[in-house]
Amino acid sequence: MYKILKKELLSPKVWLYDIEAPQIAKKAQPGQFLIVRTDEEGERIPLTIADFDRAKGTVSIVFQEVGAGTEVLGQLNEGDDILDVVAPLGKKTHIEKGMGTVVCIGGGIGVAPIYPIARGMHQVGNKVISIMGAKNKEILILEKQMRAVSDEVLVTTDDGSYGIKGFVTNALQQIIDRGEKIDEVIAIGPVVMMRSVVEATRPYKIKTVVSLNPIMVDGTGMCGGCRVQVGDEIKFACVDGPEFDGHLVDFKGLMSRQRMYKDMEKIESDHVCKLSTVKGEL
Amino acid sequence: MALVMKKHAMPEQDPQVRAHNFNEVALGYDRETAIAEASRCLNCPKPRCVQGCPVQVKIPNFIAKVKSGDFADAIGIIKESNALPAVCGRVCPQENQCEKYCVMGVRGEPVGIGRLERFAADYDLKKPHEIKPIKYAADTQKVAVVGSGPAGLSAAGELAKKGYKVTVFEALHKAGGVLSYGIPEFRLPKEKIVQVEIANLKKLGVEIRLDTVIGKLYTVDELMQEEGFAAVFVSTGAGLPSFMHIPGENLNGVYSANEFLTRCNLMKAYKFPEYHTPLKVGKTVAVVGGGNVAMDAARTSLRLGAEHVYIVYRRSEKELPARLEEVHHAKDEGIDFKLLNNPVEVIGDENGNVKALRCIKMQLGEPDASGRRRPIPIEGSEFELPVETVVVAIGQGPNPLVQSTTPDMHTNKRGNIVADEATGATTKAGVFAGGDIVTGAATVILAMGAGKKAAQAIDEYLKKKA
Ligand SMILES: Cc1cc2nc3c(=O)[nH]c(=O)nc-3n(C[C@H](O)[C@H](O)[C@H](O)COP(=O)(O)OP(=O)(O)OC[C@H]3O[C@@H](n4cnc5c(N)ncnc54)[C@H](O)[C@@H]3O)c2cc1C
Ligand SMILES: Cc1cc2nc3c(=O)[nH]c(=O)nc-3n(C[C@H](O)[C@H](O)[C@H](O)COP(=O)(O)OP(=O)(O)OC[C@H]3O[C@@H](n4cnc5c(N)ncnc54)[C@H](O)[C@@H]3O)c2cc1C
Ligand code: SF4
Ligand code: SF4
Ligand code: FES
Ligand SMILES: [Mg+2]
Repeated sequence: MYKILKKELLSPKVWLYDIEAPQIAKKAQPGQFLIVRTDEEGERIPLTIADFDRAKGTVSIVFQEVGAGTEVLGQLNEGDDILDVVAPLGKKTHIEKGMGTVVCIGGGIGVAPIYPIARGMHQVGNKVISIMGAKNKEILILEKQMRAVSDEVLVTTDDGSYGIKGFVTNALQQIIDRGEKIDEVIAIGPVVMMRSVVEATRPYKIKTVVSLNPIMVDGTGMCGGCRVQVGDEIKFACVDGPEFDGHLVDFKGLMSRQRMYKDMEKIESDHVCKLSTVKGEL
Repeated sequence: MALVMKKHAMPEQDPQVRAHNFNEVALGYDRETAIAEASRCLNCPKPRCVQGCPVQVKIPNFIAKVKSGDFADAIGIIKESNALPAVCGRVCPQENQCEKYCVMGVRGEPVGIGRLERFAADYDLKKPHEIKPIKYAADTQKVAVVGSGPAGLSAAGELAKKGYKVTVFEALHKAGGVLSYGIPEFRLPKEKIVQVEIANLKKLGVEIRLDTVIGKLYTVDELMQEEGFAAVFVSTGAGLPSFMHIPGENLNGVYSANEFLTRCNLMKAYKFPEYHTPLKVGKTVAVVGGGNVAMDAARTSLRLGAEHVYIVYRRSEKELPARLEEVHHAKDEGIDFKLLNNPVEVIGDENGNVKALRCIKMQLGEPDASGRRRPIPIEGSEFELPVETVVVAIGQGPNPLVQSTTPDMHTNKRGNIVADEATGATTKAGVFAGGDIVTGAATVILAMGAGKKAAQAIDEYLKKKA
């Protein structure tokens, strides 16, 4: 059992939890993820480790309620226990001194997992330019935190309510166009965003790392459900990734596999919805 | 009295009915049938059956006790050699082990040793047991077991009985290894058997730490240097699924057997949406492979609502590696065996879903290294099997998580841990290994045997060190 020490609403349906898990906090590295299960009937839900505090013995997750599993997770409160937390899973981000200029791109809640990476890059002395994208100003998350660990921050909103109007790729193009020598781009966010970033950097041959989120079960390399085509190899995202060279990733295949259970997810969500109404009436 | 040449039949659920439920297929002997079957045993002075049992259960001795109705004594005798008789009685490939060598099998059918073992074990499980926790001395040494499959569980039990404080680390949220996530409920009931055995270990004082991936949360070195474990037994199984590496294998609807069975058994997808994990079967399913894993996946598909299920296997019936009983059960339930066929491509529709499995017919050539006749494709014989789901059950390799973080524990070229056959000792001092992670995918009883041997060796190692 893992206690939720803090629950904070970052934007509508997006929660930040600090979870008590000293050993995980001790071992976690930027880029890794965990798997939670809320109750006996629940799914195993993979979520990026958005932050860790080794001294306090906590890890943070930032998640969006998108379906049955994350809705049930969102109903938990401070002081409640999460039944299972498995971590740290996946490989850590490659962070080292002297990597030069790194552009860290977070789209939507992808800002949460990019934050510890930007911080790590900054701590070892790399130049960090961060791009944060959101639909509008209201749902932009973690801006203050990102500014604290970046040499420069560019914000984009789809509707122009804040920062540059447009997508993260517009901001990225601005940086490229002004002649900035970029050594590496790391992009985390919706798959369509990561794919656009990869297409934006391809002509310039800028190394581009993306963090993939295929459907997972165990997270330890046992089921192969998370397999993605990377170049001419099939990789298991949970153990070989989740980060890969974006220029080699088969995004079309990834998106297709992510849609595999769409119809069943609807049934599941209706079921959970009904259950919580029943609970509410009692 | 004339010899009864045939085994007493095992009562089982009607195939038409059981193909649509997850309840156990074989129902077990009642008292009278058990005694009658036990009476077929000749109580041989030099029992050949025992040689066929990897852990040398004293077969004639326990059968004599069943015959005389002393069931408690019978189970006592079995448990001297076998810690999980309710499991082995159900899943051992008896026709290749104990029963293969039974003299009764020369002219008739062998004694139903597995069925009698199961009977005695079930009798025992129904009785309330008081298990007293072990009282540990202040300076008791700690031993870590990595993986809670049959190898790990039997090592843990033996070590606890020898007085060590044992902690079992398990990556998944449930203990039991393949017994929990792989072998289906209809062959091995989880709550009635597997979890009872695990609960008994806990009562004995064994600690089980779930959700703990060794190689990630702790390395083996950290267990020994920082967490105070004097020795480690690695029993992480053969959990890495093999794929066919043919075109179309990434399409939606292609599962590894591991994923398919884990979703169903561990995550209880058969109770969707009450349990939230989805699993898609469709109306027609092709399971590729001919072992127990393939039979389990095929029969699970039926129970999840598939109307037509194929087993696609590249050799002939004779070479099917599955337990004989499972092949019979699968046939009775209506599984369609496409023998001497090999998949060459998975074909998808415009949405990326499987719509067919393209196969080529095979014929058998000369025997290969394994002694089985090698299948050879028949040119120009390709055809398409229309299916919505393909389950790949062609084998599992070793998961590298522990090995890759424990460099001084050596592996062979397949990635299996190198361990002494008699003791389980690895190349790293204080670290032992056994079960599928050493042998490659094998059997429950071999894994248990390895756990037991390693426990003995760990005890000797720690005593010598002290
Ligand atoms: C490595 C990794 C890191 C992730 N990090 C985060 C994060 O930090 N914050 C966050 O909000 N989300 C993250 N996700 C996505 C998150 O796991 C899914 O949103 C969640 O599982 C959806 O489950 P659901 O039952 O609420 O929704 P559902 O209605 O079941 O599914 C909605 C969509 O989520 C995806 N999904 C469903 N089940 C899974 C699964 N078992 N594994 C992966 N994806 C699934 C599918 O594409 C599906 O169409 C991450 C996923 C991965 C693989
Ligand atoms: C579907 C199926 C059907 C089978 N049917 C039969 C049958 O009928 N008869 C028979 O005799 N045999 C059968 N087998 C084979 C038999 O189950 C195995 O040989 C046996 O379970 C091996 O035992 P083990 O203890 O070595 O490993 P496993 O049972 O595989 O257990 C290993 C455990 O270690 C855990 N683990 C792995 N890595 C780590 C890590 N890094 N940290 C912590 N924990 C970890 C795993 O999660 C797992 O729980 C079947 C196998 C399958 C898959
Ligand atoms: S453990 Fe297996 S092989 Fe040994 S007697 Fe029992 S059923 Fe036969
Ligand atoms: S070989 Fe057969 S008949 Fe002889 S003791 Fe063993 S089980 Fe009994
Ligand atoms: S989630 Fe099962 S292998 Fe990656
Ligand atoms: Mg879900």
